[in-house]
Amino acid sequence: MIERSADRIAGWIAAACALSVLGLFGWLIADLVGRGVTHLSWDLLTSEPMDAGRAGGIAPILGSTGLILAIALVSAAPLGLATALFLAEIGRRHGRARRWVGGSLDLLAAVPSIAFGLFGNALFCRWLGMGFSILSGGLTLGCMILPWITRTVEQHLRSVPESYRLGGAALALSQSTILWRLIVPSARRGLVVGVVLGLARAAAETAALIFTSGSVMRWPSSLFDSGRSVSVHIYEVALNVPGGGGAAYASALVLLVSLIVIQSLASVLTEHWLGRGESA
Amino acid sequence: MTSSALKHSSRFSRDRWLVAVLTGAAALSAAILVFVVVFLARESWPALDRIGVTRFLSDDGWFPTSGRFELTPMLAGSLIVTLGSLLVAAPVGVGAAVFTQFYAPGAIARWYRRAMGVLAGVPSVVLGLFGLMTIVPWIARIRAPGASVLAGALLLALMILPTIVLMTDAAFAAVPRSQLSAAAALGYGRWTTIRRIALASARPSIVSAIVLALARAIGETMVVLMVCGNVVQYPSSPFSPVRTLTANIALEMPYATTLHRSALFVGGLLLVLAVGLAFWCLARFQIRLERDD
Repeated sequence: MIERSADRIAGWIAAACALSVLGLFGWLIADLVGRGVTHLSWDLLTSEPMDAGRAGGIAPILGSTGLILAIALVSAAPLGLATALFLAEIGRRHGRARRWVGGSLDLLAAVPSIAFGLFGNALFCRWLGMGFSILSGGLTLGCMILPWITRTVEQHLRSVPESYRLGGAALALSQSTILWRLIVPSARRGLVVGVVLGLARAAAETAALIFTSGSVMRWPSSLFDSGRSVSVHIYEVALNVPGGGGAAYASALVLLVSLIVIQSLASVLTEHWLGRGESA
Repeated sequence: MTSSALKHSSRFSRDRWLVAVLTGAAALSAAILVFVVVFLARESWPALDRIGVTRFLSDDGWFPTSGRFELTPMLAGSLIVTLGSLLVAAPVGVGAAVFTQFYAPGAIARWYRRAMGVLAGVPSVVLGLFGLMTIVPWIARIRAPGASVLAGALLLALMILPTIVLMTDAAFAAVPRSQLSAAAALGYGRWTTIRRIALASARPSIVSAIVLALARAIGETMVVLMVCGNVVQYPSSPFSPVRTLTANIALEMPYATTLHRSALFVGGLLLVLAVGLAFWCLARFQIRLERDD
């Protein structure tokens, strides 16, 4: 009898915990939609900001964000694919090297984003002389998302059936042929999911960009120009521009909706391709 | 030399090239972590050399433009806000995972997990905005100014909760079915089974989840920058404003030069070392567990 009521009480408490997490996020989303939706319009996406960002649109900011993300992906995806191939295929015979590379990537994934910002500022802006630029910001984010892309691709490479490798070896195919003709095509999907996940991480990032790509609001004229990302825009307008709250909410809504679309895409693709229902 | 031998040798040289390129790429990826540490250390060096470690701990306040560099209030701020967030997020997160794994009907649990997966990706700047515009004014109604340790801890808790829920849920899912059915065979009720079997068996993974959450919370910048008030002081109550190490870097980097800039890099280096230490402890803990088994 005591056990039964203890079970019931525990169940209620657990449900209350679960509900409170969902409720708080529900509040956040309702708040975001409630205050942001009035500022939302087609003009927001197509016109230039005015009055320090309080009014007008965010078109140049979306443009800079796109360029920063493109650089991050272009730099991180090939390196991530090659590293994943090493970890999953070549490194099989070199356990120690694989552990070191894997461990270093896991630690890199845990480095705080502000530390990436400092690192990017020291390496790209100063040492390599790129200054506050879209290029510096993009490369900094590339370093940041590299572990996520690598680990996702590696996971997909490992799900390629062992029989492909054995079959290839039995046909006396060279290792490079086995990799390019058998393994990589089967793991192509992993690269897509990894890139989409990396994109979501990079688009959500702010602290690593404040002092690498800077906060200039106009259209960038080249990759060496400073450009403000949507996330930096939200921060600047909310904290440093009196009366910028509404504009910040509108940008936050745009960012959140794009991220939810990107992430849903990633989880649908993962479920579809890896055939697992739980890997959200 | 026969043609087949030629083909053979070119084939092997292609393989060698492939191995070399992939190994090089892996080495470069692994080196990025080294670059991060080296560049932070290199930029920190002037401050470490000319100010010295002891003055970071014992100077009379943080007034970098007049040569006073006490970092300890901000270090304390980071630790207090982080521990506060764990105090909220750890029990609530484990509770929510107990719900999804043991109490919720299957469809609700699946739906809940998917929601947590999406919410784990909410950008911290959006959480910060919500905190600044909505939570801080709420707290200010209880006690001004609102931007405080409490606000920071609550929003950081919100940030790390989805990950704690998902990792703990996965840990419960990995408890061997045989143990659960053995408990059922002994006539244990659901709650006793959870308490005695599931929680005990999943404990190491739950500890890992909490340590990872701690590493994320202590390194988070945007949330604390936007809701903690950024006053350099030892907080006297949960309602006092506070400045964390990360917020300090974000606030002062735009105008810091020379020794001041270098002192900010010391803060960054400290953060990376703290995360590295957390990982190292975690690895030791897991090795010890494996040995004990």
